[in-house]
Amino acid sequence: MSDALVILIPLLAVVLVAAAIYAVRQKDLLLAVIGTSIVSLILSVLFFMLQAPDVALTEAAIGVALTTIIFIITIKKTTRYEE
Amino acid sequence: MRKIITFLFLAILGYYMVNLMNQIPFGEDRMNVGRYYLENTVSETGSVNTVTSIVVSYRGFDTLGEVTVLFLAATGLGAILFDKRGKKRRKQHASSLVRTTSKLLYPLIVLLGAYVFVHGHLTPGGGFQGGAIIATGVLMMYMSYRKFETNHKALTIIESVAGLTFITLGMTGLILGQTFLENFLPLGTPNTLLSAGIIPIIYSAVGFKVGAELTGVLDTLLKTIR
Repeated sequence: MSDALVILIPLLAVVLVAAAIYAVRQKDLLLAVIGTSIVSLILSVLFFMLQAPDVALTEAAIGVALTTIIFIITIKKTTRYEE
Repeated sequence: MRKIITFLFLAILGYYMVNLMNQIPFGEDRMNVGRYYLENTVSETGSVNTVTSIVVSYRGFDTLGEVTVLFLAATGLGAILFDKRGKKRRKQHASSLVRTTSKLLYPLIVLLGAYVFVHGHLTPGGGFQGGAIIATGVLMMYMSYRKFETNHKALTIIESVAGLTFITLGMTGLILGQTFLENFLPLGTPNTLLSAGIIPIIYSAVGFKVGAELTGVLDTLLKTIR
């Protein structure tokens, strides 16, 4: 593992946890969905760095794009703000 | 009171987990199965990508189960949400920048998806990944062109034919060999496109199936909003 990865992976992991906490705490569900989408994006980059490109491809396509749009459609059909 | 009990149970669980983990030496290679796969994949299945050989060949039956789960999920969603009248979607288009970009990118994304599942035995990725990539391309067109529509009947036919191909190949392996999904085609030379026996055919079928299913799910969902 090169030096750049040793610095970059913990950094990305910290952003990932921060985005996950944001997604849980946020009352505006649309922003929360964006938070989960960021989690998926960083997770896919991390999978790629940790030499799992197969999983990274799945995570990028399903986690970032498809799940997000399904959540957004659900929000549009229900309510946007958590009570 | 309840919190104390929960904490007690968690503490007991944690204690035994720590005990158990301490018995395993850290960082030591103890996976006999993993080593077996890494050493024998190329000679036994002809696939260079070890992950693909496990997913399609060694654990091919599990993949059939996964495909069935996805099929059931898509069918259930369709059964609950499908509207026969097909509500008219709002006629407002996205901005011309978005429209032009997605028109340019759409064929390339579909091509990338097809490449990923056709080369599943050579490069990372495979049927599920390729199908999901194709579905994201279709999704992009849905978002930029309000009039963009997919033929739901054609999707159903693609899905059924791909699923039948999977099962037929599996049964053929059962008839000609001994086990379900056993390889009956020549392995060929590794690292070429036409190698690894039935793996590329099965992964292409899975790619078509997953792509059609996810596109169908998006189509059903997007039709429910105006």
